[in-house]
Order: sequence, then C-alpha cells, then structure tokens
Amino acid sequence: MADENNPSGGGNGGGSGGGTGASNGKNGKVGLVERVTTGVKDDIQALKTDIPAKAKEQIEGLKDPTKTQVYTSIFRHKHDDTPRNRALGVLSNVFLHLHPAKINRDAVRYSYTWGMGGITFYLFIILTYTGVLLMFYYHPSKVQAFRDVLYLEHDVPFGKILRNMHRWAAHLMVIGVWLHMFRVFLTGSYKKPREFNWNIGVLLLVFTLLLSFTGYLLPDDQLGFWAVTVGTNMARATPLLGHEGPFGSMLGMTPYNDVRFGLLGGSIVDANALLRSYIWHCIGIPIVASVLMIVHFWRVRKDGGISGPAPVVLEAEADKPRRGPKAAGE
Amino acid sequence: MDWRQLWEICSAPDNVPIVGLIPLLAFYIYLAVKQARANDVLIEQLEADPAMAKTHHRKTWPFKPGWAKEVHVWPFLLRIEFLAAIIITIILMIWSITLNAPLEEPANPNLTMNPAKAPWYFLGLQEMLVYFDPWIAGVVMPTMIIIGLMVIPYIDTNPLGSGYYTWKQRKFSISTFMFGFVILWVAMIIIGTFIRGPGWQWFWPGQTWDHNRLIYEVNRDLPDLFGITSNMAKIVFGAIVVGGFYLVGGGAVYSLFRRKMPKDFQRMSLLQFSLMAFLWLTMIALPLKMALRLLWHIKYVWITPWFNV
Repeated sequence: MADENNPSGGGNGGGSGGGTGASNGKNGKVGLVERVTTGVKDDIQALKTDIPAKAKEQIEGLKDPTKTQVYTSIFRHKHDDTPRNRALGVLSNVFLHLHPAKINRDAVRYSYTWGMGGITFYLFIILTYTGVLLMFYYHPSKVQAFRDVLYLEHDVPFGKILRNMHRWAAHLMVIGVWLHMFRVFLTGSYKKPREFNWNIGVLLLVFTLLLSFTGYLLPDDQLGFWAVTVGTNMARATPLLGHEGPFGSMLGMTPYNDVRFGLLGGSIVDANALLRSYIWHCIGIPIVASVLMIVHFWRVRKDGGISGPAPVVLEAEADKPRRGPKAAGE
Repeated sequence: MDWRQLWEICSAPDNVPIVGLIPLLAFYIYLAVKQARANDVLIEQLEADPAMAKTHHRKTWPFKPGWAKEVHVWPFLLRIEFLAAIIITIILMIWSITLNAPLEEPANPNLTMNPAKAPWYFLGLQEMLVYFDPWIAGVVMPTMIIIGLMVIPYIDTNPLGSGYYTWKQRKFSISTFMFGFVILWVAMIIIGTFIRGPGWQWFWPGQTWDHNRLIYEVNRDLPDLFGITSNMAKIVFGAIVVGGFYLVGGGAVYSLFRRKMPKDFQRMSLLQFSLMAFLWLTMIALPLKMALRLLWHIKYVWITPWFNV
C-alpha cells in the first residue's frame, strides 16, 4: 500500500509544480495561495498514508507490551521461567530484595518459623494504612476526640470497619510479636552471631506495646482514660524520679515536675496527655519503630539469614569451632 | 455458676484477643514440642553411634543426596508470604465485621471505672501490684524484664541448640523462659482479665461480680511475725532477709549448675554467672512473694521509711 501511494504522491507534487510555474508569470499572490493549497493537499495525502502505517506499527507494538520503553524502564529483566530471572525478580525489586535470591529448602517450612515475624510486619503495614485513614477524621482535642470516634462509627463510610480493623490488627500484632519472640527463643536463634538482633527485637517488642498503649487513650472514652490513668500512675512511683517513689520526694519531686508529669504534660490525664499520646502514637514511635525494623531486617540478612532449621550439633562437638551451618551429611 | 457473668467477661471485645491467645499458644507449644522431640531422638541416635553421626543427615526433614540444598525465594517463599497476607487480611476482615471495637462513655475523671483495668497486655503487671508496691511492680520489674530479655544472648553461653528446636540440650534456658513467659506473663494476664473483678478482688470464673463485696483481710508484715517493732530493727531485718534470699539463692543456683550443668558453668564468666543468677532469682521472687501473700497473708518483707518490699 505504501509502495503504491508514494509514487502517486510524487506525481501529484510534480503536476502542481508545473501549475505554479505557469501562474507565476500572471500574479505572485495567486501563486502563493495555490502553493499553500497544494502544500496542504500534499500533507493530507501524506497523512492518509502515514497515519494508518503508524497506527499499524502501534498495534503491532501493543501485541508485546514487554518491549515498550515504559515497560522496560520499570522491569529490568525478562520473565521467562529461568533460574536467572527468578533470582532477578527478587533482587531487582526494592520491596522483595529484603529476601535473598535463594534460601535453605527447609526454611520455608511453616513449622519452623511460624511466619510470625512476617505477619507482625504485615500487621504493621495494615496499621499504618488504616491509621492514616483514621487520622483524616480525628482531632486530638478534648472537645472533638470522642465525637470524632462517634462520627467515625456512625457517619463515615466504612468508618466502623476501619476503626475495628485498626484495633484488632493492633491486638494481633502484640500477640504476633510475643509468638515471634517465643519461637526465636525456642530455636535458640538469639545465639551467636544474632545477639544484637535479639536486642533490636526486644526494643521492637517494647515499642509495639507502647504503640498500642498510646493508642488506647485516643478514643477519649472511659476505657482508655482509666487504662492510661492506671498505667501512668505507676510512673508516680518511679524510684528517684516519681513523687511517690522511693527517694523521690527527697529529690524534690512533686506531682508537677516528676516523670509522670513529663509523660502526661500535666498532673492528670487531660488535653495535653491526649495530644502527647496522639503525637507519640502517630509520629514519634512509628518513626523510631520503623528505623529499628529496618535495622532488624537488615541484620537478619547480615547475620546469615534466618537461623535454621540448622543441622543438629552434638554435645561432643559443642566447643569445637564450626564454620557455618554446613555440617556432615548435608 | 453465673454463665452470664462468664460470657460477659469472655465476650468483652478487648478480652477476645486473650481468649484467642490461649488456644494459639497451646498450638504453638505443641508444634515446638513435637519438633524438639524429633530432634532429640535424632541427637540421641547420633550420639549413640559416632559412625552414623559422621554421615547421617543432621535434620529431621527428609533429604536425599541429589536434592538442591536451596530453593528459589520466588516462588517458594513469596507464595507462602502472599498466602499468609491474604489469610491474615481475611481473618481481620471477618473479625472487624463481626466484632466492634469497644467504646465506652466519654472520659470522666469523676466516675471511676470499677474495676479499672490496664490494656490486656499489661494486666500481668497490674496483677503484680497486688504483691508488690507500684515502684517494683510498675517500674523496677518491667525494667528488669526488658534488661533481662536483652542480656539473654550474652549470659546463655550454651552453644548447642542454635537454629533447631530441642529440649534435651537446653533444659535450663527453655524451662526458665517457659516459666517466665507462659506462667508469669500469660497466666498473670489471664488472672488479671478473667479472675479479677471489682476492687481487684478474686472472683472465680462463673462467680458473680459483687460490687459490694468486702473482704476483711488482715495482712501482716514479716517482721511482725518475729516480734520486731523498732524501725531500725525492721530495716536491718528486711535487708538480711532480702540479701539472704539472693545469697542463699545464688548458692543454690551455683550448686545446681556445678552438679547438673558443669559445662555451662565452665563456659560462664563470673559476671555472666552472677547476672544470670540475679535475674533468675528476681524472677523467682515474684511467685515466692505471691505465695507469701496468698498463703500466709504477708504483705511486706522489708520495711523502711523510704520504701517497702
């Protein structure tokens, strides 16, 4: 088709060229108009052939989207099922590259890890997501807080399920962290060389509990108010730093300058305490916990991946230096 | 038997996680014990037969020479993670549709909730308040728990049992952690949630919560039992009892290690051993103090003008 059109287009151009030459002698202006119209005609003729050709090319290109520039700029490797591509799929993805490309064949067994660390992290993501949505409807002030929760429950579309999910995911996360720690202990995974990562894990446990605790006050209802009152009353009794604690009053501690005052921003659980727990809950602790999580995951990899299931070591071999998990028989 | 009361406690939205935690914990303990047993059997076999130990596969999972030792994360691990994420999402969705998060009346400082309970995961600490003063139960003990957990890798010098479930090779550390987590932490939470009613009084499951119940409990202090009356004598007496507990207890731990775990003791430095003994005895002090209180109505052991233990 293009072959047929091109020579005929060329012939047209030649014909109009002769016409302009004849009119040129009579009037220059007429020549200009003619030149423009023939030029436009020429363009239209060319368009008629170019657009279908381009469109065809486009459609041909769409048949294999993996060859488009957009696609290849996002995905850096092919997806045919080869070992290389399987590894690249994990390594060239920022979210998946937490994993190594390959792991111990027994490490994927659920019975060893219980999957609790991963589940805890997934729950943290759910909590961040639902938490951000809840923040759109919540004002951390004494006047508004409780009404905002009522509004969420009764008027906001899907508000009730949003709040429910946030609360139950928080409880599940606490349980998940405990079970994760329980598993890590029972498999002796805190032993050399993972001592430091166990410590990061203990801190993450503390921050998980604090996250949950600071969130408890936010609905500003009786449940949260008294739970936080009971909880922070303990701080009165802090040795040296609390006004009711041992040696506290000797150091000049009063209800207005002790550690509890610092936690609550006042001597009772009131507007300042609400604002403080809101900021700790939504900004302060999540940032610290996220940083610790990054370190935690990084160290899992740097300390040699997950701890097992490792080959068993016999008592007689206990004090002999061993290199890595590759023992006899594996 | 007040079934309605029992149902009210068990179905309180914030108590549901604990009701769920009990079977969950039981299941995972079962899973761990099952694998520990299998490993222990294998260890026994290999220790009995050194020739076998040199060649035999050191895991309870099946393995044949031609098999790859490693598998690709994609798809063998990622599909499991994806599945886990879907299952957790579904559980959360169903839970959130069927059960509403609690919302009580607006906060009112003039209307005290009875019982006023901390969030469920802190109820173990709140239960401890019965047996210790707030500075111990609320500040010192939680700090000791955190520090104690953090030093575990540095005081557990036993190189065995790293990366596999076992009971035989780590009897002391596993029984200690089990005791601390299952008995002292989880069981205390269960007591705090299901047993403690108005006035933080003991109500058996199914017993009606009587808001007017009064218990006349005469608590004595340990020095009183010995007829000690002067303040100075009480200070000295308490210091001797508490110090004696740690000294005698330390000796008992030493004796236990020397006889039953000589290798572990050999590996430990003086600092490691004394730190371990101190933390272990502090943990044991809690159930001891509970027994003193519940069985003999003894409130304080050590009385001083500044603090009481």
